[in-house]
Amino acid sequence: MASHQGSLPDRDISEALGERIRRADAEGTPLRIVGGDTKAFLGNTVDSKPLSTREHRGITRYDPVELIVSVRAGTPLAELEARLDEQGQRLPFEPPHFGDAATVGGMVATGLSGPRRPWAGAVRDFVLGIRLIDRHGASLRFGGEVMKNVAGYDLSRLMVGAQGCLGLLAEVSLKVLPKPAAQHSLRLEMPLAQARRHLIEWGRQPLPITAAAWLDGALHLRLEGGPGSVDATGRHLGGESLDATFWSALREQHLTFFTREDDSRPLWRLSLPQQAPAPELEDVDETTMLHDWAGAQRWLRCAAPEETVHDEAIRLGGHATHWRSGTGSPFTPLPPVLAKYHRRLKAELDPNGIFNPGRLYAEL
Amino acid sequence: MNLLFDERLDGELPHRDKTAVLAELQATLPTLTLLHREEDLRPFECDGLAAYRVLPMLVALPDDLEQVATLMRCCHELGVPVVTRGAGTGLSGGALPLERGVLLVMSRFQRILELDPEARTARVQPGVRNLAITEAAAPHGLYYAPDPSSQIACSIGGNVAENAGGVHCLKYGLTVHNVLALEIITLEGERMRLGGEALDAPGFDLLALFNGSEGMLGVVTEVTVKLLPSPETAKVLMASFDDVGKAGQAVGDIIAAGIVPGGLEMMDNLAIRAAEDFIHAGYPVDAEAILLCELDGVEADVDDDCDTVRGVLENAGATDIRLARDEAERTRFWSGRKNAFPAVGRISPDYYCMDGTIPRRALPEVLGTIASLSAEYGLRVANVFHAGDGNMHPLILFDANREGELERAEALGGRILEACVAAGGSITGEHGVGREKINQMCVQFPTGELTTFHAVKAAFDPVGLLNPGKNIPTLARCAEFGAMHVHHGELPHPELPRF
Repeated sequence: MASHQGSLPDRDISEALGERIRRADAEGTPLRIVGGDTKAFLGNTVDSKPLSTREHRGITRYDPVELIVSVRAGTPLAELEARLDEQGQRLPFEPPHFGDAATVGGMVATGLSGPRRPWAGAVRDFVLGIRLIDRHGASLRFGGEVMKNVAGYDLSRLMVGAQGCLGLLAEVSLKVLPKPAAQHSLRLEMPLAQARRHLIEWGRQPLPITAAAWLDGALHLRLEGGPGSVDATGRHLGGESLDATFWSALREQHLTFFTREDDSRPLWRLSLPQQAPAPELEDVDETTMLHDWAGAQRWLRCAAPEETVHDEAIRLGGHATHWRSGTGSPFTPLPPVLAKYHRRLKAELDPNGIFNPGRLYAEL
Repeated sequence: MNLLFDERLDGELPHRDKTAVLAELQATLPTLTLLHREEDLRPFECDGLAAYRVLPMLVALPDDLEQVATLMRCCHELGVPVVTRGAGTGLSGGALPLERGVLLVMSRFQRILELDPEARTARVQPGVRNLAITEAAAPHGLYYAPDPSSQIACSIGGNVAENAGGVHCLKYGLTVHNVLALEIITLEGERMRLGGEALDAPGFDLLALFNGSEGMLGVVTEVTVKLLPSPETAKVLMASFDDVGKAGQAVGDIIAAGIVPGGLEMMDNLAIRAAEDFIHAGYPVDAEAILLCELDGVEADVDDDCDTVRGVLENAGATDIRLARDEAERTRFWSGRKNAFPAVGRISPDYYCMDGTIPRRALPEVLGTIASLSAEYGLRVANVFHAGDGNMHPLILFDANREGELERAEALGGRILEACVAAGGSITGEHGVGREKINQMCVQFPTGELTTFHAVKAAFDPVGLLNPGKNIPTLARCAEFGAMHVHHGELPHPELPRF
């Protein structure tokens, strides 16, 4: 494929990456795997030699009829999305970029999904196969370019969100879907409690809702599907129409909620069961929170000690992430048995601890 | 190609005296149901892959999780292998017992623990039948999406172990896409929870790893699944074709038109005739292929999509297109497809069901390969496919009472799977590797990948006591299988008994 103007050419540098990794493993020198470096804030700082995937780039296969695209890790996410868009297709999980340099590898490694996640699925739900460079520098292939494949363990999905701690993600095959024929976004003024009641009720009906976020006294909804269902549902729900750019601003954290400078308290992401009650944290009022994913992803600012927020998230049946924490692991600690098997898995796949050591948790 | 456990190729198994193990387990777990007499063990000697039978050393039928945890701890200490079994409907021998192992049967765990219509989740024990979840959810206007053909009988624990699919995967995903959380008991008897009721969990995605892990990493003791609102309407179009290739092409054309059908299934002439004889679904018995295309969702959209698909099918050269007039006819159309396996069972003493996947574009080519292999081996092959997601189920017809036919059927099946891999596909789309496809894993995966699988296994089961001999072949087995290949599939051990 011809590369875009001003960008790097399509290249396969997996051998060079493999050689760097093989050497690092032999010497026991840790590596910090870097794509576009747009999501560096999402984890512990890895104090080691950077290994960039950015030159390992290009779409290696895209056949729109198969609904599958294969992409090298260093490919800019924007480039992939533009290519899919030309064919009327898209990544249904609506990944956040957090910067122009965002790469496909970083998208998979962090496993972050956008506002459509509760309805369409997450990154991991669309990963069909990967090429992984292991500690010996060998390029291994798991899964593949088919929709269904249960041969062997699901190493492909295991790598989603693993932030490169188990190996270098070199290439990924993703399921893509056609864009819907119709889309309509709307804004309904209503208190949080009422929005929650509605979302529960609507969730039990086959409505074409694909995003639902409550903030600042209003429920924001997106409808996607055929023109018939989108029009009918839009008419039924009413409200004022909302510009579709609201959703990209929400996804990229460009809304005032995220950018305001008059609140210096740390930003937290709570991933909770949709129905979970309000978190009981001293300085937090539920109505000042941003309730995305129909309530399953809640953003808040909170000055409570990290441990307190993590414990509260666990109590509510979920977990918390200290967004842009700066130091230490931003993630809720794992229960002991689970932590034990995480350590064992890390020890098996990366015994010399060269792949992003400590990135997720200090002991991994 | 001996599919029974072979220590030379599958690794050594501990020798433990049955009487001693039984006495030890009975002493530690006095209330646990333990079967040990041959006549009691007999019903458990095989799963859905009935050509392979082994009497387990012991069968354990626990009633509560404390028993499961203690049993695992004991077996771990004693060094006794454990094979976990759900309803025993699996088609790849994943629950084939070991004569020196305990068969842990989870069928008594049959309770739906919680069904929350507001959260749209169900928390169930592993022995709950797949269809029972949908039946319990139906009064709330909800259902559980994955629907393997065996859904009347298969259990959700087994579905997780195999990452089971069904006819609606293209749109609604496999088991892995519809499970929110798992409770696991490890080999060492610990309990852990993977995933949760939130939409993600911290750490590695072990939830995804355990789906489809075939009982090799731990025992599934509880499953929380996602429920979906039942579609407002579902309509089925049936299109007839005078050529299998044209039908294959039409599948791609439907997707290219921007439609994602709820189900998109294809059957060839032999399968059509068998199903029609059995179910009287109203299939055109003179067609070379039929496509069943289900469109579901909101009424207005479904009507639009039906028009689009009808146009696509006409352009693709369909000789006849019928829309199921009502719910009864829709059910009948599906019934023919869902009963295709038993229908084929009526026209042949035995059949062997394959489960390869291929990129959709390769469908006509692989069908051609199957036709010529069928002629080469002198065995008929009926084809049914989840065409929308490229998952083929060629059914090889044979008679096990005829000298050498089972071996020929297996050899033909192996060649078909290899053709799938050559076309860029996989040896299994939804049935799992189990024992059945252990050799074909050597065709799909080189040494580096297999070594990585073994490393993952070692993290959870370093001593190899969980379902040994399944899913991932040893390198020794692959070396042997590779050598065998050079000899054109000649069987290396003609002296060994065949079951």
